[in-house]
Amino acid sequence: MSHYRVEVRVKPRPGLLDPQGKAIHHSLNSLGWDGVHDVRVGKAIYLDMEAESEEAATEAAEAMCRKLLSNPVTEDYEVSSVESVASAS
Amino acid sequence: MKVAVITFPGSNCDYDLYKAAQQVQAEPSFVWHRERGLEGFDAVLLPGGFSYGDYLRAGAIARMSPIMEDVVAFADAGGPVLGICNGFQILCEAGLLPGALVRNDTLRFESRDVILRVERDDTLFTTAYEKGQLLRIPIAHGEGNYEVDEDTLERLESEGRVVFRYADRNGAVTDEANPNGSLGNIAGITNERGNVLGMMPHPERAMEKLLGSTDGTGLFESMVHALSHA
Repeated sequence: MSHYRVEVRVKPRPGLLDPQGKAIHHSLNSLGWDGVHDVRVGKAIYLDMEAESEEAATEAAEAMCRKLLSNPVTEDYEVSSVESVASAS
Repeated sequence: MKVAVITFPGSNCDYDLYKAAQQVQAEPSFVWHRERGLEGFDAVLLPGGFSYGDYLRAGAIARMSPIMEDVVAFADAGGPVLGICNGFQILCEAGLLPGALVRNDTLRFESRDVILRVERDDTLFTTAYEKGQLLRIPIAHGEGNYEVDEDTLERLESEGRVVFRYADRNGAVTDEANPNGSLGNIAGITNERGNVLGMMPHPERAMEKLLGSTDGTGLFESMVHALSHA
């Protein structure tokens, strides 16, 4: 088993209204950042985990996304990085 | 009629539901989310609240609770299941109802009375009402904006599975009457079989004249009636 740090990104599906993003967008515009056309807010989830290989870590993270970390009705997910960490033990 | 009120960590309408059930002469019991088995119950009620602090997504973690496996089996066997507010969110997360409840488009937590138009008076939850009847029922939620893909929405509409809609005092379904941005002003839906109802408004908080409305009573009376004639 090796030690991995996995980052998962969960974001609102395109077309779905994201009220949080809208509020931030308005705030940025009112602060003078007129060039910002759209803001969408997602989540990054950081997993510290054991797995047999990088592929296994990715597969496990994807399974977690399907089962719990994202809701397919409203969100898309992506395993954005898998980093091998030298184990201390 | 024995009804189970499922309590999750963070549920806060469980006592209101218990009281509502008692008021229509049902026999309620609290069932803690870590318990197993729903044998002997005639109906299951999922209360409002903030299970697990709404972490990750409202209802997402509660739906993994041990008792939810039994709730799904109970629903699959045709048993009546009612989810209110957080209970509705949990039913969607559990896949017992289609769609999802996302952040209100008003960006605010909406806590006030709304008017619901009864769309179906022939479900086991609504026979005490009449189609088109207007009910005054409170809402209290930050994530009650009902979203679903277009095909499923079409199916919900064509199969008559929308039970309640947000309306104005004349019964018109308008954008102004929609407190959260829900598609089609949807406030409550059933599953295909009609034995699972999820709704954002709180009928259990509209059971006493003293508290402003008794319009929620009919929902619980309908359930008792359906079950005693089953």
